[in-house]
Amino acid sequence: MVPGEMGRELLQARGVGYRIHGRSILADVTVAVQPGECLGVIGPNGAGKTTLMRILAGLARPSQGQVLYQGRPLARLSDRERARHIAFMSQNPHVGFGFTVRDVVAMGRYPYRGRLQEWRPDDWAAVEGAMAATGVAHLRDRLITELSGGERQRVFLARALAQAPRVLFLDEPIANLDVRYQLEILSLVGRLRDRYGWTIVMAIHDLNWAMRWCDRLLVLYRGRVAACGPAGTVLDEALIQDVFGVHSRIERDGHRAVRVEFLSA
Amino acid sequence: MSALRPAARQRLDVTGAAAAPGAMAGPGAGLAAGSEARPAAGSGAGPASGPGAAAGRRPAASAMAPLALLLGLAGLLAASVTAATAVGTVQLPYGVTARVIAAKALGLVGAVDPTYEAIVWSVRLPRVLAAGVVGLALAVSGAAMQGIFKNPLASPDIIGVSSGGAVGAVIGIFLGWPQVNPWLVPGAAFAGGLVALLLVYALATRAGRTDLATLLLAGVAVSSLAGALIALLYHFVDDGVLRQIVYWLMGNLGGKTWEHLAVMTPMVAVGSFGLWVFSRDLNLLLGGEDDARSLGVPVERTKRWVMVLTALATGAAVSVAGVIGFVGLIVPHIMRLLIGPDHRWLIPASGLLGASFLILADLVARTAFSPVELRTGIVTALCGVPFFLYLLAKRRDMVRWS
Repeated sequence: MVPGEMGRELLQARGVGYRIHGRSILADVTVAVQPGECLGVIGPNGAGKTTLMRILAGLARPSQGQVLYQGRPLARLSDRERARHIAFMSQNPHVGFGFTVRDVVAMGRYPYRGRLQEWRPDDWAAVEGAMAATGVAHLRDRLITELSGGERQRVFLARALAQAPRVLFLDEPIANLDVRYQLEILSLVGRLRDRYGWTIVMAIHDLNWAMRWCDRLLVLYRGRVAACGPAGTVLDEALIQDVFGVHSRIERDGHRAVRVEFLSA
Repeated sequence: MSALRPAARQRLDVTGAAAAPGAMAGPGAGLAAGSEARPAAGSGAGPASGPGAAAGRRPAASAMAPLALLLGLAGLLAASVTAATAVGTVQLPYGVTARVIAAKALGLVGAVDPTYEAIVWSVRLPRVLAAGVVGLALAVSGAAMQGIFKNPLASPDIIGVSSGGAVGAVIGIFLGWPQVNPWLVPGAAFAGGLVALLLVYALATRAGRTDLATLLLAGVAVSSLAGALIALLYHFVDDGVLRQIVYWLMGNLGGKTWEHLAVMTPMVAVGSFGLWVFSRDLNLLLGGEDDARSLGVPVERTKRWVMVLTALATGAAVSVAGVIGFVGLIVPHIMRLLIGPDHRWLIPASGLLGASFLILADLVARTAFSPVELRTGIVTALCGVPFFLYLLAKRRDMVRWS
């Protein structure tokens, strides 16, 4: 790394390793997230995608190495401070039962107010604005448990929006959705990113969606970085064979990959 | 850099996401306009306020229903106190009882019949209020425990405070401490509760992280151990002491004085208010530890505080009244069905209902088979369990947690 470039990265993992119960989940992962980019994290099941995302987002402490946010150790921020900068939407977000959509979105304001502080009008404005921007305002008094999968994802996006983060982590945001909702959620994320200048780190299984929606891709394989680069050029048939164990053919437009077709295992 | 590019605006409108006109009222009304403005974020305007946010206020309607319910519960509590104070071997008129309470509370001594005053103020009211404080402590603790464990079967007993307290008290009784000083047994109960909590907590904590599933199991294990220790002691005591032990184990509010209240009430007040302060944290923890942490909840610190505050409130209650079951389990369930899962309402509502419930249960215990006095714990179990089963059968969907 060029020393002069330090701090330009928004978020940076340096030599990160993670072990649990004597098993190594991640080893020697070094990656930088640039401001404003959408970084896709891809790799087969068990490659350590979620673990890396949690560590980058400050939800888990690495066993080795460290994570820097704006050049400072992320671990030094309190949970509350960190939550004003980094939002994380887990794969199956849920909330007990019986909370209304507005209650759930309002949870995004938690890091901005102390325990005994009364909420201010701009908190409610943020909540209403987040619901409007994600198209769930008409559901505000419905119980979250009554909603469909796609609607719920929108509500949790609204919660992340109310959190007003700089970086949004999305762990398999479209995993359990049908193709229409997949497109809808990813388009919504893209629009919100344009609008609020979000930096996005997204774990995603579908390589074609990943190439289409991400600027860069980080390929994880057995807890290590197998490749990292621009979404259009980082993938090739050999890498897909090595990492996913699948024969594939990549359609290219010039140098840029536009589509992966899977042929056989 | 303007975050609200016209193109983005148009695309957004197509989805119907911002179906209402004026949904993007413009910059200045958004997130970044809050106290945490962050110019570098590249989002000059957060999501602009929608039409419903014109005043930026939470609509009043959503807070009205819980508030009305709380007022109703406060009324129920006042009625319970009056009724339980009036009814007894000497039946007092309700109006006179209420007047004595009001007069004494307002310091107007002499305005009422001294005989009534003696019965109300010196004999019955301390016991009634003690029942109320104990009921409040157990119900509030139960609500917090069910919240933090995300487990409908959690209750204050789960972290070992009750059973540890029982061991402490039983050892005290075994050693003949009641004859030495009336405060030794409650003190031993409180200490026993703390020891049990520390044991359970230590078993479930590795490297500063407390695993709640392990904690639940450790609580069950420590409770079983406590039960075995108590049963062991049965073999070495005579009938008189055995009677005292059993009496304590079934919960007992007889003979409570203003002194008991003076010792117990501050601890219960601090514990209960403290738990209420953690309401939002508990709400967020219902969605899982990781999500709560990502929203800014200091998860480990919250768990520690909630346990300490529960131990304080429950420990104080158990040391004065013995083991009284089911209040902490059932009352929060009833309130969750009526008022919803938001702990900011759930905790005070559970406290009020818990107080009324235990006052009325103790009233039944005193009067049902008069002059024989039942243990209060028997009454709470006999009333509570069938109601709990009814709830389970009727509203299974609500009791089953996601």
